[in-house]
Amino acid sequence: MSTVVNDTKIPNNVDLSSDKKLQRALEQWQPNFLDWWLEMGPEGFQQDQVWLRTAVSVDSDGWANFDYVKMPDYRWGIFLADKVPDRKIHFGDHIGQPVWNEVPGEHRNALRRLIVTQADTEPASVEQQRLLGQTCPSLYDLRNLFQVNVEEGRHLWAMVYLLHSYFGRDGREEAEALLQRRSGDPDKPRILGAFNAPCTNWLSFFMFTYFTDRDGKYQLLALAESGFDPLSRTTRFMLTEEAHHMFVGETGVQRIVERTCQLMKQAGMSEDVRKASAIDLPTIQKYLNLWFSLSLDLFGGEVSSNAAAFFAAGLKGRAFEDKEYTEHTALGQAYAMEQPKDGRITREEIALRNAMNEVLRDQYVQDSQRGVDKWNRVLEREGIDFRFTLPSRRFHRHIGLWADVAATPSGELISKEQFEQRKGEWLPTEADETYVRSLMTKPVYEKGKMANWIAPPPRGIKGQPVEYEYVRRTEA
Amino acid sequence: MIKVMDAIRFETSPERYKHWRLELSGAETTGVARLVMDVKEDQGLGEYVLKQNSYDLGVDIELADAIQRIRFEHPEVRAIVFTSAKDRIFCSGANIYMLGTSSHAFKVNFCKFTNETRLHLEEASAASGIRSIAALNGVAAGGGYELALACDEIYLQEDGNSAVSLPECPLLAVLPGTGGLTRLVDKRKVRRDHADVFCTVAEGIKGKRAKEWRLVDDVIAKSRFDAATSKRAEELAKASPRAQAKGPGLPLAPLEVQRSIGENVGDRIVSQYRYVTLTIDPKKRVAELEVRGPDHEPPKSGDELRKLGNGWWALRAFRELEDALLDLRFNFLEVGLLVVRSRGDGGKVVAHDKALAALAAQDWLANEIALLQRRVLKRVDVTSRSIFTLVDEGSCFAGSVLELALASDRVYMKDDEDHEDAIRLALSPANFGALPMGNGLTRLQSRFLNEPERAEELRGHEAPMTTQEALKAGLVTIAPDAIDWDDEVRVAIEERAAMSPDAMTGMEASLRYGGPETLETKIFGRLSAWQNWIFTRPNATGQKGALTMYGQPERAEFDWRRA
Repeated sequence: MSTVVNDTKIPNNVDLSSDKKLQRALEQWQPNFLDWWLEMGPEGFQQDQVWLRTAVSVDSDGWANFDYVKMPDYRWGIFLADKVPDRKIHFGDHIGQPVWNEVPGEHRNALRRLIVTQADTEPASVEQQRLLGQTCPSLYDLRNLFQVNVEEGRHLWAMVYLLHSYFGRDGREEAEALLQRRSGDPDKPRILGAFNAPCTNWLSFFMFTYFTDRDGKYQLLALAESGFDPLSRTTRFMLTEEAHHMFVGETGVQRIVERTCQLMKQAGMSEDVRKASAIDLPTIQKYLNLWFSLSLDLFGGEVSSNAAAFFAAGLKGRAFEDKEYTEHTALGQAYAMEQPKDGRITREEIALRNAMNEVLRDQYVQDSQRGVDKWNRVLEREGIDFRFTLPSRRFHRHIGLWADVAATPSGELISKEQFEQRKGEWLPTEADETYVRSLMTKPVYEKGKMANWIAPPPRGIKGQPVEYEYVRRTEA
Repeated sequence: MIKVMDAIRFETSPERYKHWRLELSGAETTGVARLVMDVKEDQGLGEYVLKQNSYDLGVDIELADAIQRIRFEHPEVRAIVFTSAKDRIFCSGANIYMLGTSSHAFKVNFCKFTNETRLHLEEASAASGIRSIAALNGVAAGGGYELALACDEIYLQEDGNSAVSLPECPLLAVLPGTGGLTRLVDKRKVRRDHADVFCTVAEGIKGKRAKEWRLVDDVIAKSRFDAATSKRAEELAKASPRAQAKGPGLPLAPLEVQRSIGENVGDRIVSQYRYVTLTIDPKKRVAELEVRGPDHEPPKSGDELRKLGNGWWALRAFRELEDALLDLRFNFLEVGLLVVRSRGDGGKVVAHDKALAALAAQDWLANEIALLQRRVLKRVDVTSRSIFTLVDEGSCFAGSVLELALASDRVYMKDDEDHEDAIRLALSPANFGALPMGNGLTRLQSRFLNEPERAEELRGHEAPMTTQEALKAGLVTIAPDAIDWDDEVRVAIEERAAMSPDAMTGMEASLRYGGPETLETKIFGRLSAWQNWIFTRPNATGQKGALTMYGQPERAEFDWRRA
């Protein structure tokens, strides 16, 4: 085996050492991945020693290893959750048939599309966040950023593994193209809109990891149900890692809220808290509105024949298909869906299978509320009247039924002119962005120290103190 | 799925004919054979009565066999007179009750076969000098008149009764299914308005007007009819270039296929011929066709050719291929994909192609073998199954066998650096004119419509090509390497077999026939488009459709909207 593609360099549980096809594909792809990482990964930190976790097995007790590593030396591995014996397809038209261990030719194109779309989001987010390290609020946060980044990289590997192993030449070409597209590049953009939006400050980063990575969670949950077993097993393991990303987002926003509350109180509440260099609560709400609405778009159109076809074929189910539903064909059932019609909102019955995107979005919205509630509990505890709310799913949409109408965050339909006039109340303005970035001009590299606009975390990582040197800087 | 026992078989011979008599008395001196239609009412393939010399597939299988045998076995025959043994009726066409009780898929394949038979009759005249005369000694209706249209000349008996007609439109609300409309205007050049009138008059046209409108070549009084048509046939025979053909003919031997089914072959159905194996996997709806190359030296002279006879690969392999294709078409309607492989020595295929070409230039029998190859490959072109060719180690896709690959919808060729020598494609002179498609072009020409010079450039390129060379030459669709091969091919097959059979049939037929239209392409194109569409419309086959209501007391009801 080569010096790059071997079991030591690439931890795996897919028998890489005897899989000639995979070896060959990775020998081509791995150097290109590294080039991509060096070009588009975190800028200015590639030589630093970062205290990172690395997946080394799928054992639930000790799947990860924590140690200092230079990011380009990170051991991106390939792990599939353990095989469930006698697993059967449990939704759609093929219910009860054994799951596929090979790509069924009939569904090759649909599967490839699902996998490529999911895969494309992984490098995209790394690209979106590549400059954030230079304005980090602490070493703790810097390390978390990099943890998220390398694991998004590993998720790219997980998806590329599927493309390499099951989709032949087409798969290799798609895997290569994943390294060619660039977030925000008008000529070769990433596939999904939210992954081309710039993520230029840490408030956005936390909102992104809370809301947008949560879209990822729900997509992975739906794919974990797949009748194509390698996809199911891959995504099940990815979910283990994804949890940390949302934790970063949820606690990050929470720590900002806590700090803002502190500074508000110090300033005597009525004062403009921006004077104390805090991020004011209405601005936080605006960023929430922005990233929540961008993330809602990621679920796709409310009425979708693709979604119906994916479900029918047993390729993509609902999140927790087994636990949360008793009926798994989704035939002969309707979904009462709100739709805009002549400036009013009506309800129409949509065949359930065609409403699968919306079903998944419902689950997502519900899950998103939990973190918002936590943030509000901070406000409550601090005796502040302000409350965060999730905007209506009609607000600021670019995909689906609501894309062509304008709505307020509470969901009231308004004219597009009205929306243009008032959008500064609901979405970050340039002035807001300038202000937020003005707080984040310099990185904080001192151990245990936090930037002024964010509270410290209650504890460190994996038993280490908050003051731990999570990133050993070697670059100037 | 059909049981092997109930399957339709295509091999027959004159002593087994039920519905036709091949009369050869006097042929040695006159050069004329008579094919006399005398359909046995109760001996159809199904539960219908073949009244009025109407035909079903069984009748047409005999006709196709008779034409084939005249070509190979009777070099003395240079003209065929088609006539009927029935009183007042020549032939009333395809049996309506047979059509009414058949599945649509069967109907279409039936029409395709009968069309091929009629095209073969025309080809026998054009390429072998075997002229044909329709001696209509009674009513020739629908398919009966269409058979006449496929003959070189049509003579109608004048007896106050005999008429020619295409009653499909007015009577059944469908179209004539064997090229009748196309041949009227394209072949006989009947004026379009006359044809319009003719095709809407159920009882047809007789007498002087039939001749004036060019529907027939002459109308002859009953008393003189036999003598006049025989005389005309003898004139045609005398002028035929086949007069040079020297006997004896080559009696076509039975193919001796071994068929097995069921458990010992993994629930597959295997038909084993000498040079061909057809394996049906009913579950996957995939058929595999393996063609094996020659295992003997090619003949170098007419004498050697006759000594080899039925054993010559060039003849036997293609006869077997034809039988296997027809088996697939009729007995396995649900098989959507035909996967073609070959095994053998491509160099030998080329040697046999060259021997055949050299002999065909001077020997009528070799020429017939070459023409048979051409017809069989045309059958591949019009077979409504997706066709993928797999070129891998040990295959012999060269020359005439390469035509199978060129007839395919896709060609997969393995790209294996370790076994580069074992995987080759090769061209032979057979790829450059002897085996044209129905559109009159070679398959290479049809392939490179955008760069006509490319087919010419390949002429004379005799060295076997590696995968990369073949890919560059444009002969290969996809060249997966050795690691990808199995998966790539499996997935491609599964994917294709899952597509809509109707959409694939239409798509493939459209893509296979680029380039110019000919009588032949028009006939098959219109059959698969117009005729088949109308056949599935309620106005024909709905509850109150005309075909359904035929022979019933009630009238048909139409949806009057023009589509």
